[in-house]
Order: sequence, then structure tokens, then C-alpha cells
Amino acid sequence: MIGATGITVPALNYVAVMPEIALIAGALWIMLATAMSPRRIGSGASLFWTVAAGCVSLGFSVWQWEGVTPHGAYASFDGAVVVDGLSAFVAMTVSLTVIVAALIEEGWMRRRGQSAPEMHMLTLLSAAGAILMGAGNDLVVIFLALEIMSIGFYVLAAYDRRRLASGEAALKYLILGGFSSAVFLFGIALTYGATGSMNLAEIAKYLASNVLLHDGLLLGGMVLMLVGLAFKVAAVPFHFWAPDVYQGSPTPAAGYMAAVAKIAGFAAIIRIFVSTLQPYRADWQPAVWVVAVATLLVGGVVALVQTDIKRMLAYSSINHAGFVLLGVAAATTAGLSASLYYVLVYSFMVMGSFAVVSLVGGPADTAHSLEDYRGLYRRSPWLAWALALMLISQAGVPLTTGFIGKLEVISAAAAAHLVWLAVVAMMSAAVAAFFYLRVVMLMFSPSYGPPAGAAGAVDSGSMVAGGEGVPEPGSVAEGGEGVPGPVGVSSGGGVATASLHGEEGIVGGGGDASGYDAVAGEPAGERIPVPLSTAVALALCSGFTVFFGLFPGFLTAMVHVVTTAIPIH
Amino acid sequence: MPGIHGPLMAATYPDAIMFVVSAVLVLAGAIGVIASRNPVHSALSLVMTLFGVALIFLAQQADFIAAVQVIVYAGAIVVLFLFVVMFLGVDRLENLVVEPLRFQRVLALGLVALSVVGMLLLGVGAHWAIGAHSVTAPALNQPGGDVAALGKSVFTAYLLPFEATAALLIIAIIGAVVLTRRQPAAGEEGDAVEDTQGAGGGGAPAQERSNQADADGVDPDGAAGGQGSPREAPSRSSRGAPGETDSRAAEDGEPGTVRRAGEEVLR
Repeated sequence: MIGATGITVPALNYVAVMPEIALIAGALWIMLATAMSPRRIGSGASLFWTVAAGCVSLGFSVWQWEGVTPHGAYASFDGAVVVDGLSAFVAMTVSLTVIVAALIEEGWMRRRGQSAPEMHMLTLLSAAGAILMGAGNDLVVIFLALEIMSIGFYVLAAYDRRRLASGEAALKYLILGGFSSAVFLFGIALTYGATGSMNLAEIAKYLASNVLLHDGLLLGGMVLMLVGLAFKVAAVPFHFWAPDVYQGSPTPAAGYMAAVAKIAGFAAIIRIFVSTLQPYRADWQPAVWVVAVATLLVGGVVALVQTDIKRMLAYSSINHAGFVLLGVAAATTAGLSASLYYVLVYSFMVMGSFAVVSLVGGPADTAHSLEDYRGLYRRSPWLAWALALMLISQAGVPLTTGFIGKLEVISAAAAAHLVWLAVVAMMSAAVAAFFYLRVVMLMFSPSYGPPAGAAGAVDSGSMVAGGEGVPEPGSVAEGGEGVPGPVGVSSGGGVATASLHGEEGIVGGGGDASGYDAVAGEPAGERIPVPLSTAVALALCSGFTVFFGLFPGFLTAMVHVVTTAIPIH
Repeated sequence: MPGIHGPLMAATYPDAIMFVVSAVLVLAGAIGVIASRNPVHSALSLVMTLFGVALIFLAQQADFIAAVQVIVYAGAIVVLFLFVVMFLGVDRLENLVVEPLRFQRVLALGLVALSVVGMLLLGVGAHWAIGAHSVTAPALNQPGGDVAALGKSVFTAYLLPFEATAALLIIAIIGAVVLTRRQPAAGEEGDAVEDTQGAGGGGAPAQERSNQADADGVDPDGAAGGQGSPREAPSRSSRGAPGETDSRAAEDGEPGTVRRAGEEVLR
């Protein structure tokens, strides 16, 4: 009690928010160092501090984990945050993501000859929001954390201001993201009206002890909250922003966004729906089924016709979101374990993929046509191997983490008597394997002549040939002279702008034989320079994917610990 | 006790008078926003609407929200609107004859009618709000009213969200700095290896750059009505860098050129 006003300060257990504090402190420190230092601090310094903040945050989240596993969950800050297996898991995953993302961003910036402490600051702050979203036990906290994360993403998307596509991506993301946040907030308001509290523990208690005779308000709130979160994880039909945003954003930022938004978004979905709105499972579960099926199908099928690798990876991330939703839709302990496992290994796969894409894209970050990957093995064998590993893991080939993720999700869905969902997921995985392997084929095919092997395997040669026509809008008119080289800088600007219209590009440039000649004319032996930090990040991602693909026991045991603590009836 | 009694209303006469006055203010202001031809008049009418809403809040004994309504909305937001209106040029009339989307007026009427009917039906028929019926009632009996209660909750139950807002503001500030920072001149895209962080990398086009910065105004995300982005963003295939036209216009020193660019935005 303080004075006559009678304020009782709640018990503050700072351990609950130490990972967030570490990340925010890191960002503030970089900001201060940049402003105060007499000389401009080198980009190496800001990378160092970012990685250091990520490591400290990782340490604190491991500490939380160690405290939670024997003693159970506890809430802090008057119930605003909770420390449990899920929050510690999210904190660990996001911290690892920050470290890898900082390395990739550094390599990308260095190749452009820039240093960008701001990019690292934005990464750190939005990661703090993501961790808070996983720990939030109050709808207000979750909303604020969502906004902290999203605003960081909007700015990251706009970071490459010299490219028009980057600004366009950011504007789209800002408007649609703001709209979805408002929808989420509206859902929170309706839920508050129905239950009288915004604290998830209070809501759960209220729903456990009361039966709502007229539950329309709560149902409306649930739908709106589901829509808001489904937007953030890019689930169909709320996915329209994802391809444009991933394509336009700076490549490292796209990988980081794809990973972190999914981790935090699914953590919030699990906490709000599976954990808190458990009594209303019969109402929200069918909605999640429908969204999961649509996400699996649309993500898999539309990715087939993409000619831009970033767009393809965007649709593949939508496809992955469908797999994660499958586990949530099962809403069993096994299903949630599988979802968390999937989202963890997915973040490494997607960041590794985007790391390679950020290098192949060249300093201008524009050479992202699938054609730019033809013969990558000849130019940079290591990069080709790394991307191939990431892609076959995403395709779900055995001995990689992606295989175990897909296997667990599908078997959990089948065990929950969602056999038809599992069948859809398997078909989607088969379709997805096709477009991943197509890129692998392209990379390992010789960089000259018509791709006999690739075209035969792909079985629709026009699709591959369609990629030839895309790179330059004027290439058809000008006799195909302008197909940009792998690191084509000046003509590269056309790639991003033209392939925004990727669908038209297929029609326009279909079967343009002169494209082959132009490809043959490119400097075949030109190696892509790989900055050290990106190489380290790639090694981390590849090592993680292979090691935990071979020995998945540690991770599956960990996610099992997380999900057994979630009350599921 | 004299009063008005009905299915939706049980109020004393002072309450009823206050409600009628504020309702008239709100409606008159709202009509003024869409009816006046001058955008500045529209903005001023919006102030009237927001004051009316603040009065309604006061009648509900929500003192704090009433104050915030006046300070934030009537004060800051409308000033921001006016700033943008002035920035784009007040002396231009919006062309209301050419309708870019023909169906939108019909659609708007239909949607408004639908939502009004829906709200009335829900208000009369449904009894969905069955949680805590009144969260302000305990606060009203305390000294200080809802302001004290809000202040208390900011330091107790909502301490962490309150602190988290700081992170939100920091990231907004950093974002604003990143987006408005001066960039290398347009056209040298890609091969520009100069550090963007250094204040103006020198070189020849310094004059052009400052012009561009002026003309671009609040360019970065275009949301605030910068002249560059919203007009250029739709033309995806244009390979010219953003702000190219604007910088040329500013160099020519012809106000007419700039104005035409702005008109496109308005329409």
C-alpha cells in the first residue's frame, strides 16, 4: 500500500520478461552507441551487439525453461504475462531466429556496401514483441505485442527504399496489417463484453464456472480474433498480402518475418483458442479445419505457377502454415506438439532458404527469377547444396527436420480422427514437393542449352520456358537481348517489377526460344561472393536441419513437455 | 421524479437535454463533414462531431475518455488532417462529377442501411453482454472517479501493457527515422555503394536531392499523403525511381506541375 490512494503494486517477477528486456536493451544500446560514438560504429559492432542480445535473451529463456519444467507455470505482473513451457519455447525459438536473422541481414547489407544498425534494432524490437506475444496472458498484452512485432515488420519491409517494390510491399503490409489488427482488437472487445475480462486466466475461469445462455457475442469475438491471427500467420483466405510483401521486402527481412510472425502467431492461437477457449472447442475447431484445408490447397497449388523464387517461397510458407494449422485443428496434445515442432524447424528452413536467395539476388536484391537459379551449382556449388538442403527439407524428404514435422502433424491429425484432413495434407505435401524439386533441378542443371533433364522431369516445359520471358518486360519486344545476368544490377530492376505480374509473364513470354541463347551468354563461371556472416547463418540452419532431422528426440521431447502442460480435455 | 421512460431509455430531463444537444452536435458535424465543399470546413465540422461525442462521454460519467477525446481527436488528429489538407493545397476543389468507382455510392448506402438495421436489431433483441455488466460502477464511488481508477489500473493490472507501450513508441521512432532518412539519389540504384547513413554522400546531385526531399514531403510510406508515393505506387511497371517526377517538377519551379500531381491523389 502506498499512501492513501491505496495502490497495491503487483508482484513483479522480472524473470518473466527478461528475454524481452534483453532484446529491447540491446536495441537501445545500439541506438545509443550509434548516436553517441564519435566515429560511426562499424556494422560489425552492431552485428556483435545484436547477436549478443539474442544470446542473452536465449540464455534467459533457457533459464525460464529450467524453472518451468520442474516447478510449473507461474504468472507475473498481476497476471499480465505467464511463464510456462509455451512462453519459454517461443522465447528460445525467437531468440535463435534473431541471431540467425542478424547474421543474414549483416551479410546482405555488407554486400551492398552499407551498414545498417537500424535494421538490427528493428529486428531486436520486433522479436521482443514476438516473445511478449508468446508470454502474454492478457488480450491487451497480446495485442500490444502483436503491434510491436508488426510495426517492426512494416518498417523492415520498407527498408530497401531505393526499390519501388519495397515501398509498395510495406504500404500493402501496413494497410492490410493495420486492418487485421483492428479486426483482432474488435474481437477482443467483443470477448471482453461477453466474459467481463481480458485476462485469459479470468476468461477461462469464467467460462469454466458459467454457461453462457446467449453466446453470440463471444462467438463473434472468437471469429474476429481468429481472423486477425490467421492474417498474421498468412492463412488462406487472409493470405493475400504475403506474396507481395515477401517479394517486395528486403530478402533477409522476408525470411525473418516469415519465421517470427508464424512462431508468435501460432503461439497466440494456441494460447487463446486451445488453452483458454477450450469449452468452445466445438465452435472454433471447424473454422480452423476449413482454414487449414484452404491454406494447404491454395499454398501448394498456387506456388506451382510462380516464376519468382520469393513469391514461390511465400506461397510455400502459406502451405507450411496449413500444416501447422493442421496440428492446431487436431487440438490434441500430439497435434500441438507437432505444430510447435513444425514451426520451430520451419523457421530455420525458411531463413536458410531466404539467406541463399539474398545472396543470389545480387547486391540490388532483384535477381529473383527462377531462371536466375539455373546452373547455380556451376557457379556456387556450396550455395546450391545449401538451398537444395533447405528445399528438400521443406518438401519433407526423410532424414531432414521437415520430414519429421510433416509426419508428426499428419499422424496427429489422423489420430484425432481427421483422416480427410490428413489426406488433404498428404496431397498438398506431394504437390509441394514438385515445386521445391523443380528449383533443385534448375540449380543442378547445366547453365546452357535447353534444360533437357529439367524439362523432362518437370513435364510441362512451357512453365519453365515461361520463366525465360519474365525477367525483362521488354525482352520479347527487343528480341530477348536483355535477360539480366545473375547479379545483373542495372537491368535487375526490371525483374522485381515485371514479376509482380508473374501470372501475365507466363503468358507473355511463353516458349521464347531466344531466351535460351541469352542464358547461354551469361557469364557461367561467376561465383557469388558469400559474406562470412551469411555463411555462418547458413551453416547454422543446415546443421540444425540435418542434425535434428537425424536425431529428433531432443526437440520432440521438448515440445512434448510444452504441450502436456496445456489443459486439453 | 419526472423523467422519460421507454424501452430503450430511462433518463431524467437534464440527461435527456444533454443527450439531445450532443446528438444534434454530432449529427450536424457529421453532415457538415461530407456536405461542405471546402476540406477545411469539413475538418472543422469534424471537430464539432468529436466535441459532441465528448459530451456524450461526459454524460456517461466517463470523464477521462471525454478529456482524451477532446485532446487527442479534436486536438491532434484534426490538426493532422488540416496539416495534410493545407499541404496538398486547400484552393483546389475535388472533382465530384467523375466517379472512379461507379457502384460505390450505391454500395455504401446499402451497407450503411444494413449495419444500422443490424445494430438496432441487436440492441433491441439480443442480450449478449452477460459478463461484468458495469465496469465503471465501482470506480464512480471512489474519490477521483474514473480518472483515479484508470490511473490505478495503469500501475497495477495494466502495468506491463503500459510499459510495453514504450517499446511500441521506440520502434515507431526508429521506423520513422529509417523511412525519412535521406537516400542516395534516384537512378544510381544498385551500384550505389555509398553509405546511406552518412549525411548526404556529397557529390553533384546535392541540390537535386534537397529538392526531392522537399517535394517528397512525407514520402516514405505515402500514407500521410506525400505526393510521390501514392501516385507512383500503382504504376508498378514504371522503372523510374520514386520521386523522379516530383524532383523535376520542383526544379522547374512551376507550382502548377506540383499541383497537378496532387490533384491526381485527391481524385
